Amino acid sequence: MINFEFTRVSSVKAAVDTLAKNPGGGFIAGGTNLVDLMKRGVMSPTRIIDINTLPLKQVEETKNGLTIGALAINSDVSEHELVKKNYPLLAMAFKAGASAQLRNMATVGGNMMQRTRCTYFYDTAMPCNKRQPGSGCGALQGYNRMHAIFGASNKCIAVHPSDMCVALAALNATVTVVGSKGQRNILFTDFHRLPGEQPEKDNTLAKGELITGVTIPANPFTKNVYYLKIRDRASYAFALISVAAALDMSGDTIKSARLAMGGVSHKPWRLTEAEKFLAGKPATNESFLRAAEIGMKGAKGYGYNNFKLKMGAAGIVEGLTKAIQNV
Amino acid sequence: MSNEKTDCPNHESLHDTRRGFLKKSTTLAAFAITAPAVVKAGENDEKIAGFFEKMPLQIEVNGTAHNLSVEPRVTLLDLLREQLNLTGTKKGCDHGQCGACTVHVDGRRINSCLSLAVMNQGKKITTIEGLASGDKLHPMQEAFIRFDGFQCGYCTPGQIMSAVACIKEGHANSEDEIREFMSGNICRCGAYPNIVDAITEVKKGGLPL
Repeated sequence: MINFEFTRVSSVKAAVDTLAKNPGGGFIAGGTNLVDLMKRGVMSPTRIIDINTLPLKQVEETKNGLTIGALAINSDVSEHELVKKNYPLLAMAFKAGASAQLRNMATVGGNMMQRTRCTYFYDTAMPCNKRQPGSGCGALQGYNRMHAIFGASNKCIAVHPSDMCVALAALNATVTVVGSKGQRNILFTDFHRLPGEQPEKDNTLAKGELITGVTIPANPFTKNVYYLKIRDRASYAFALISVAAALDMSGDTIKSARLAMGGVSHKPWRLTEAEKFLAGKPATNESFLRAAEIGMKGAKGYGYNNFKLKMGAAGIVEGLTKAIQNV
Repeated sequence: MSNEKTDCPNHESLHDTRRGFLKKSTTLAAFAITAPAVVKAGENDEKIAGFFEKMPLQIEVNGTAHNLSVEPRVTLLDLLREQLNLTGTKKGCDHGQCGACTVHVDGRRINSCLSLAVMNQGKKITTIEGLASGDKLHPMQEAFIRFDGFQCGYCTPGQIMSAVACIKEGHANSEDEIREFMSGNICRCGAYPNIVDAITEVKKGGLPL
């Protein structure tokens, strides 16, 4: 690992100020992704700013919903009574991610900031526009089995690896960030971005900003929810595809629906057209098949990941079915 | 290697560990231009270590308090193995994919390969060496022996640390739950069924962890 300078900060202001003074630096929270990337030489910040003692670990119900501090630990949030009771989709998504050990380290803010696990991004001998802008994309014509089917560009077809983020996108969360110019809120669905011409930018966080928390508005999706994750082994693997499905039911009729997918795009992929279609429809296999058809519109395979087109559609149907069954 | 002393006669690293001989000799060039150990910034809440500087680290490992001095890039795993001579914790993949390096930090299981040592200031660490009481093995260690929960044994310290935590967390209520919550520990020999049996037995026995 390339050596670096290390700073421990105990206030949000000190964190932001220290980063402003050290443009080559970066924050560390759980470190589960950053330390790995530093060992591999993919990232090499000149200064690490340890934010772990900042008071950003709360999980609280507020009048707006649920507020989760950026440094709340993934396993704590997934086991929190409020989350299990009122935001079960989020609890399920957390449990689908990583391993028990990693969830004991990883924070909510860090989970959002994790980088793609595209093997071309990780392998410094390979071209990658995300790691080294202008060097090309190894995955486009390469072994792209894990890669995107939605919203990719000819510069990058990497996917965002998080499960938590898929649930937060489905639940209309907002992200609160603080920078030298003050605080602002970003809609969760606007936080991560599509690669376009600048795949080196994973998200819309401005330079020098720090995530302080996430707010999930109160919502009716407490019963009929499911987080489906399809992967190469039963546990502890990144998603080939995942589906976050949440339904608000009135008898057998869907009052409203939320649908988002993971493992398919550079950002958590919300299926808003399919959601609109489902509102007011009976919760039948026929409705779900049609929703899948609508949801998968515009999907494009790149060779080795063509199977995701079929798997994605089937996953939407299965996710919705399991949400109804409340399994 | 025999010329260590002539290269760097005064550096503390020559005296502070018994292991890490190779590691020391390769990092001597860097230490030769080491500035004073720690630089404190003007602001109260900032502690800064420069590129070739070490940071002070107070850490408790298996009940023993240590006052150490570490480079920021040293992981908790390397600190345990190289500086504290606790080689029971294994380095498998060194990238958080295998679980061989699992230890408890303040009672919670983590991958020590992905934690910088300096991030564990003031923390209490338990490694596999800290489980037994004297000559009496921990119930989980006993169970791994009784149920043949290993072949080559390389993943075993991590498996046992994870297994103890799995029960403490309340995630050992069925074989399926055990498998899910032990998925962060890979066993290339495939001792999984016996590991699940060992954990089930300890859980059933209600033995003190």
